[in-house]
Amino acid sequence: MKILVLIGNVPDTTTKIKFNADKTAFDDAGVQWIINPWDELALTRAIELKEAHAAAIETIVVANVGLALTEPTLRKALAVGADKAIRVDAKPVDAFFVASQLAQVAKDFDLILAGIEASDYNGSAVGGMLAELLDINSVSAVSGIEIDSENLRINREIDGGSQKLVCKTPMIAIVQKGIAKEPRIPAMRGIMMARSKPLEVVAATDTEALTSFDVFELPPAKAACKMVDEDNVKELVRLLKEEAKAL
Amino acid sequence: MSILIYTENWEGKFKKLSFELASYASELAKQAGKEAVAVSLGKVEDAELQKLGQYGISKILVADDERFSNMDNKAITKALAAAAKKVSADTVVLAHNNLGKAIAPRLAARQSAGLVSAVVGLPLSTDPFTVKKMVFTGKAIAHLTIKTDKKVLTLAYNSFGLVENATKVSMEPFDTGLTDADFELQVLETNKVKGKVLLNEADIVVSGGRGMKSPDNWHLIESLAEELGAGTACSRPVSDEGWRPHSEHVGQTGKIIAPNLYFAFGISGAIQHLGGVSSSKVIVAVNKDHEAPIFEAADYGIVGDALKVLPELIEAVKEARS
Repeated sequence: MKILVLIGNVPDTTTKIKFNADKTAFDDAGVQWIINPWDELALTRAIELKEAHAAAIETIVVANVGLALTEPTLRKALAVGADKAIRVDAKPVDAFFVASQLAQVAKDFDLILAGIEASDYNGSAVGGMLAELLDINSVSAVSGIEIDSENLRINREIDGGSQKLVCKTPMIAIVQKGIAKEPRIPAMRGIMMARSKPLEVVAATDTEALTSFDVFELPPAKAACKMVDEDNVKELVRLLKEEAKAL
Repeated sequence: MSILIYTENWEGKFKKLSFELASYASELAKQAGKEAVAVSLGKVEDAELQKLGQYGISKILVADDERFSNMDNKAITKALAAAAKKVSADTVVLAHNNLGKAIAPRLAARQSAGLVSAVVGLPLSTDPFTVKKMVFTGKAIAHLTIKTDKKVLTLAYNSFGLVENATKVSMEPFDTGLTDADFELQVLETNKVKGKVLLNEADIVVSGGRGMKSPDNWHLIESLAEELGAGTACSRPVSDEGWRPHSEHVGQTGKIIAPNLYFAFGISGAIQHLGGVSSSKVIVAVNKDHEAPIFEAADYGIVGDALKVLPELIEAVKEARS
């Protein structure tokens, strides 16, 4: 079985969000880049599966659509245990553009893992789009994957509960929290080994984005918090009821 | 031309988010001089379908087909594409919930339609078609333009609200044309949590952080939630410690919610947590540390011990409601 993990390169989650002067693009000066948190959990689960089924899993490949600045993020994925990285050399303009680029490199995999969301533009789209472009099954909100001969046993979250299912390969699992406990931290040995692992750069295909970001704004500033004394909880209830009309 | 919504059902019933979608589509249709149509997959009684008419839907395509209950993403996508074609829909709107998030990107890719997910509010303009959504997990708002004639949107929960607009509904049986081979997913087991308000669609959410000290104190969160008909949530450290299930974690890497009222007990308000809750209409914070960042995001605050405030608040709510 070959596993592909889609890797988004996103600003560290503590980044203060700022934009360029005309507010048309995110200002990435001085930003620390990380593996998108959900993609990192997906990669962790892929590595766990390979450790548990060494004979069944041939390789774990990670892929990203991005310019050269994303390579340290891919090297980190190699350092924690991926065998090979692919970077499609293009600026990721929108989800359809990214999914179309990935479709070129994702054809020969049995299991593709994608995070349910990216922490930058919160699109929740690339995994599902890729599944449709490849015409394969997708299961979303996946919180557990086990390998069972040629099939995959999957846990997914549904509104108000969960389901256990069996899905044939090839398929895309779009994963959320719970799929793996803690992301792996690269060890020195892994970092050394990552330097000699292959990182293939693939040219982008001619695809047009279907959407564009026009302008960004920051949410309006909140009014100061109204403080209530801890011995006067009734007053809080009165305010919520009469002033905020929220109860 | 029409605007099509996919109204998922839960054991034959619709929810507030179904009616919010209907309200949204009917406003969109009005703006553009189009018809607001819904498609329903699975068994739903006529009386339940009729309710969509109260929110401006004038036509419903009804595929009374039990096979859709296994929520096979590929099969549902095919059915929705067929429905969109049948009613010449240029815009399809889904809820931004588990199933909507799973289907919308597939449908968009299938139709080479531009997709914007978790849209808030009506378009800023319809030509070009520009909408707003939150990005960087609630830390910024983006204006996006869809460049294609065909469009797919998911609507962020509680971002539009309900707009009554009583309309006569016509129902049309709809044959999706799918064969058994289209339903590949095999569901072995479904576990439903009974009697709990769903976090993503709760009007009120009561949430606890490390300041709750121990999982043994969670009965206080639960009692208040029960009193208010609220959902329960927690901060990341609490779910990481295993005090509460991951499904309750709200924040940047957990769930993003937008209730009318959010209570944060013993949550300091790290930037990652605020990202998941900042779209709440009213935020109440109770924390011992008066410098906790949660107070910068909150509308109402109490500096104090959550374990002391909670029992008093439960009593005060009981009193106010009696």
